[in-house]
Amino acid sequence: MIKARVTVTLKNGVLDPQGKAIEGALGTLGFEGVSGVRQGKVFDVEINGTDKAKAEADIKQMCERLLANTVIENYSISMD
Amino acid sequence: MKSAVVLVPGLNRDRDMIAALTKVSGQAPATLWQTETTLPEGLDLIVIPGGFSFGDYLRCGAIAARMPVMRAVADAAKRGVTVLGVCNGFQILVEAGMLPGALMRNTSLKFVCREVKLQVTNANTAFTRQYQPNQIIRCPVAHHDGNYFAEPEELERLEGEGRVVFRYAENTNPNGSINDIAGIMNASGNVLGLMPHPENLIESAHGGDDGRGIFESVLAKAA
Repeated sequence: MIKARVTVTLKNGVLDPQGKAIEGALGTLGFEGVSGVRQGKVFDVEINGTDKAKAEADIKQMCERLLANTVIENYSISMD
Repeated sequence: MKSAVVLVPGLNRDRDMIAALTKVSGQAPATLWQTETTLPEGLDLIVIPGGFSFGDYLRCGAIAARMPVMRAVADAAKRGVTVLGVCNGFQILVEAGMLPGALMRNTSLKFVCREVKLQVTNANTAFTRQYQPNQIIRCPVAHHDGNYFAEPEELERLEGEGRVVFRYAENTNPNGSINDIAGIMNASGNVLGLMPHPENLIESAHGGDDGRGIFESVLAKAA
């Protein structure tokens, strides 16, 4: 079993209203000097088999075709 | 006019759309379930209605866009069949790569359900010929993720090629959409996506018929 974690984040320059709202709420809680809060997504994926290179190539395709919207999002893959 | 409405779990404006199409064209549309891979022959119009397909999981429209029926819809669009996506239908078309850009969370972070004013920015399209250039029409909106975004180069292309078909007018932009964009079409001009719901303003019982022109334009083209 190969385990991977995919992290999807908004590209720089893409407005993130949710991140802004979270940033505001952090300020409300009394955390000062917080800026640049961006909300993203994390996917944990398990793949049967032992071929890590193939799994990584497959996960890259998964990111390109579904997990990330590459118009507005970047993704990174980390593997055990 | 021979039309069809795409059905995916979680869409909920399909009945309104079927009623509107039946009313305007005098013919009930076919329905296309998400698993279908072949479409009826001789379709003039395919409509993807609004709603919350697959509960808006992952991203609005993302899962629906990968269903088999959407491959068939994309093939039909390539052959020149007219395709209209409304609200979640617009999001699905964008996620399917049939229209550029992305639809993001409203800047207010709130679901907006109200009437807006739309400018018919391009009245020389298969969808808008029944309107006057720059005519202002009324139209309802109901969405949480209608904030249109495109990269600067893409935006320039859309604007330059007259592919911004509808724009929010008179300061009624409900979602922070870039350049007040409410609806865009593809380069071939046969695929239109828009956030507002023209199907909900087609007869006096709705309080007006400003949305009817979109369906009548497609009908006139099909005739």
